[in-house]
This record gives sequence, C-alpha cells and structure tokens, in this order.
Amino acid sequence: MIKGNGRPVYEGVAIGKIFVLSKDHKIENTRCADKEKELERFKDAREKARAELDDLYEKTKREIGEEEAGIIEVQSLFLDDLDYIEGIEDMIKSGRDAAFSVHEIGDAQASAFAALDDEYMKARATDIRDISDRLIRILTGSGQAFKMEEPCIVVAEDITPSETVAMDKDKILAFVTRQGSSNSHTAILARVMNIPSLVLTNIDIEPALNGREMIVDGFSGTYYIDPDEETLRVMKEKRRGAGEYKASLEMFRGKESITKKGRKINLFANIGSPDDIKYVLDGDAEGIGLLRSEFLYLGRDDFPTEDELFNSYKKVVEAMNGKKVVIRTLDIGADKKVGYFNLAEEENPALGYRGIRICLTRPDIFRPQLRAIYRASAYGNVAIMFPMIISVKEVKAIKETCEEVRRELSEEGVPLSPVELGIMIETPAAAIISDQLAREVDFFSVGTNDLTQYTLAIDRQNEKLDSFYDAHHEAIMRSLALIAENAHKAGIWAGICGELAADLSLSDEFIRMGYDELSVAPSRILELRKRIIESEV
Amino acid sequence: MKTFDYTVKDELGIHARPAGILVKKLSGVKSNVTIEVKEKGKSADAKRLMAVMKMAVKQGDVVTVSIEGEDEDSVFEDIREFFETNF
Repeated sequence: MIKGNGRPVYEGVAIGKIFVLSKDHKIENTRCADKEKELERFKDAREKARAELDDLYEKTKREIGEEEAGIIEVQSLFLDDLDYIEGIEDMIKSGRDAAFSVHEIGDAQASAFAALDDEYMKARATDIRDISDRLIRILTGSGQAFKMEEPCIVVAEDITPSETVAMDKDKILAFVTRQGSSNSHTAILARVMNIPSLVLTNIDIEPALNGREMIVDGFSGTYYIDPDEETLRVMKEKRRGAGEYKASLEMFRGKESITKKGRKINLFANIGSPDDIKYVLDGDAEGIGLLRSEFLYLGRDDFPTEDELFNSYKKVVEAMNGKKVVIRTLDIGADKKVGYFNLAEEENPALGYRGIRICLTRPDIFRPQLRAIYRASAYGNVAIMFPMIISVKEVKAIKETCEEVRRELSEEGVPLSPVELGIMIETPAAAIISDQLAREVDFFSVGTNDLTQYTLAIDRQNEKLDSFYDAHHEAIMRSLALIAENAHKAGIWAGICGELAADLSLSDEFIRMGYDELSVAPSRILELRKRIIESEV
Repeated sequence: MKTFDYTVKDELGIHARPAGILVKKLSGVKSNVTIEVKEKGKSADAKRLMAVMKMAVKQGDVVTVSIEGEDEDSVFEDIREFFETNF
C-alpha cells in the first residue's frame, strides 16, 4: 500500500481504479540510450496493441457488425507487416526513440497509401495512422483522453480548462493532481461536480498506475494506492458516513432560503457549461448566478459562431425554466489562453489584456456573443454581467454596444425579453468607485477570487503564496461591506459569486452586509441553505 | 522457379482482408513468393502485407505468381489452389 497526502479541495471519499491523464507528448526526434531496451519496449507495445485490438474487434463485432470489425482486423494485420515492423525496428536500431520511429514509418506508409489511385486503398491510410497512433499512445502512455471504460479516479499533473471540455464527466470519481491550488481549475471543477479531490499531492505519476486501486479521502487529504483490507474497510465506512451527511441535507431540498428574521437570500449556482445543468438541478439551485462563457471558446481551433453560442445559451436558459440565468461575457486571457485568439505573451497576464479589455477592443468577438445572449433572452430570464471592470467609462461603452445590439435584433424582428445588465466587482478600483458604478447598472456580483488576488497582490496560481493568502482579510471584508452598501443606496441588488460565497463561517456576515444573492458551486447549495435557514440574522 | 498466372475473380480484387489471409498463408512457406501484375508493371513480395495492398489488384487483373526456393515444388499446388479458392 502506498500512502500520501495532498490538499483537499472537496470533501468526500472516493474508491476506484486509477486513470492517469498524461499530457499529449509532442513526439520528438530524441535518441534513445539503450537500443535493446527500446526494441523490447516496442515489442511490448505491439503485444499490448494487439490485445487492445482483439478486445475492440469482439466489441465491434457484437455491437456494430462484422464489416466494421473487419477494419479492426486489418489494423491487427499491420502489426505483423514486415515493411512496417522492420522499418520501425531499423530506425530504433539506428538509435531513434521508439515512438518517433513509429511516427515516421507510419507516416511514410500512410502517405504511400494515400497516394494510390484506388479509393479503397487510399482509405487504408487512415488505418495505418490509427494503428500508429495506438502504438505511440502505448509507448508514451499518453493521449487516451478520458476514454474510460468504467468510473475512475483521474490522476494528473494538473488539469487544464481545455482538457475538462473533453471529459466524460460521468466517469470521474475524483481528481488527484500534483500541481494546482485551492483556487485552481481542478478545484473549481471538483466543487461543481461534487467529487472529492486533492491538489498539491506528492504522488509519482507514471503510466504504471493505470488500473490500480486507489482511495481518495477528501476530508483528511490522504490518498492510498493498493490499499490493504483494513484501510479499505475503514474508508468504506467513512464514505458511508459522508453519504449520510449528504442525505441529511436532503430535507432542505425545495425549501425557501429565508433566515429566522425573514431575510430571503437567492441561492444561485456557478457553472462552466450547459453540461453542468444537471448538477444545478441536482443541487437544487434557485438560479444560475454565474454561467462562464469560456467553455464555448476552449478546446477548438476557431471562434464559435453566433448560432453555436446562441444554441448553448438557449439550452441553459430553457433548462432553467424561467429562473434567472446570469451569463458572464468572455473572460479569456490570463490563465485561460486560447491559441486562435493570437494573444501576445505578457509579462503579467493577470494585469493584462483580458476579459472586458479584449471584448471592448474586439467587437468581432464581443458583438456575436452579445447577439447570442440577447437572442437567448426570449427563452427565459437572462441577465448579462461583464468581468474585470475598473471604470464608469467602460460600463458606458458596454451599455452603448448592448443597446445597439438590442436595436439591431429588434429591427431584424428577433423576439427579445428584458435583460438585466450587471458587472462583476473584482478589482479594487471597482470596489472603491462602486457608488458611481451602481448608478449605471442593474446589479453587482462580487468575484471574490480575483478581488482577493488583486487586493492582496497575491497570485492565486502560486502555491508558495498560499500561506500569505487570507480569504478573510479585513481589506476584503471592508470592500464587501462597501460594495453592498453602495448597491443598495442606488437601489440595485448585490451578490457574491466567488468561492467565498460558500464559506459557511461568513454567511451571517454576508447577510448582515445585506447581500441579496450568493452564487456557489451547485453541490454547495443545500448546505448553504441549511446555514441560512438556521441563521439568526 | 515455378510460376502460374491467375485472373482475379473476386469483385473487390485483393483488398485488405484477402491480402492479410495471403500473407498469413505464406508465412509458413520457405520459398520467396512474388506477385506481379505485368499489365500495370507492378510487383511485390507476397509475404509483405502493405506491399501487396499497395498493388491494389483489381477484378480481372492477371497476376503472375512466382515461387522460388527449396520448397517450391511442395507448396506450388497448395498456393495455386489457395488463389483459386480465395481470389
């Protein structure tokens, strides 16, 4: 049994098999030190590929049919092809890395087939590429992004936003990463998905971990690989206990979130994509307080079209059936880089060209998104909020653009419903001038993660600074009080959508400050509702 | 060396799977086996799958099969029969 630690980012206990998510290796022309060992590795990879193909053949034959299965069989035959195998082995013998050799020879053979003037044989180029990819994946232990047969514990160096887009989320029991922090993307995702997870673990990530049994204790931050029977028994018991606590929260489902003194708080959910709707409904959220738009732009090679955006938003709005959906406009830049945006490298991206700064200078990006959101408004209760605001001037420019878009659409005869316009308060500048900003908008939503990072001058991605990071810092508390006060003076509503909103030790304080809405990970709704209903404030 | 000519009857020609069966069949043969389509000026070692496939042999093509080696006499009939049954 291997035992280790990490920082827990979501409570709970998971028990299951390990799935190692390794980065796609860029295949490089590296020289291998030990040719014999490399040949041996290639031989093993061939055997493994053959076993995989045999399974796939049976499965395909059973589920699709003989003809499809025949294609798999052909790929199997390539594993014995002399030109292919000898070509690769010769390259390895000349001192090349096995994966690189497979890539080169596979490519040469595939190109030769692609050049034939016979349609059937031309198409076989794909089969050669496929078998080569399979071998390369086995050799590098990479690339099998979330093609899991059964629910697994995902072990990774770190998980990027674009990787999460490709995930089959039903099959993830827990995340265990070596990097990350309490505010990293992995942590946010774990909270949305309601799965126990650890970041900053000391785990040695290697392909050999795949398939081994693991326990993740999201209460203590401990993990066990190949657990002994006693540990397994204790942890199963703990998992049962955690399940019971969750079950005890069920009595708060469907209840109104009202304190003993009669203060009604709107409990909304933060989500990252239309796929998360099921968590919102499971979590019993009263609306969506933050729908991040980045998912629509990640994991692809070009900008989404207005229609694509519209369809995604419409899906969420319709699913919420008249409950409020606050859509945040694109907040790309900083830690969420996307290739086709062609953003220049920056010394200091957190203070750089990001969020609303991109939107206001790139109408070709901003306008299609606004049009899509306005079009979706006809299907429910939509609000828009804008990130990274620092000035009244920005807000005026945004409102002008919104008005133009609205007029344009109504002239086109597109049905529209009223849309509230709000802003994120996540810069110290916005907090300080919140009195002026409040006169311009319909609501505020405080993004405590960024507000804290900017107020304390602490990089939230830098784990070395975790000990300096105080989420309850007096400066943050005073800002929060000021923001709520200024909102109410202007007669608009104020909410909090950062992680702090879910901090049960602050709930009373937030209610005292006058916050009208708290938007948290869907899995947090029930316990926060319990906290509010039991609040004396 | 022993040779025979064979006209391919299978409507798909010698596509991937039949080529695979041929390669498998010949794996026990010691002699060198070559197939050639003279009309197209193409030939290949019949024990090499991708090479055979790349010839893209079609229905109606006349394939010349040459067997050369120590067991050429003993395998000749077997191979000819194999072509007639499979292609």
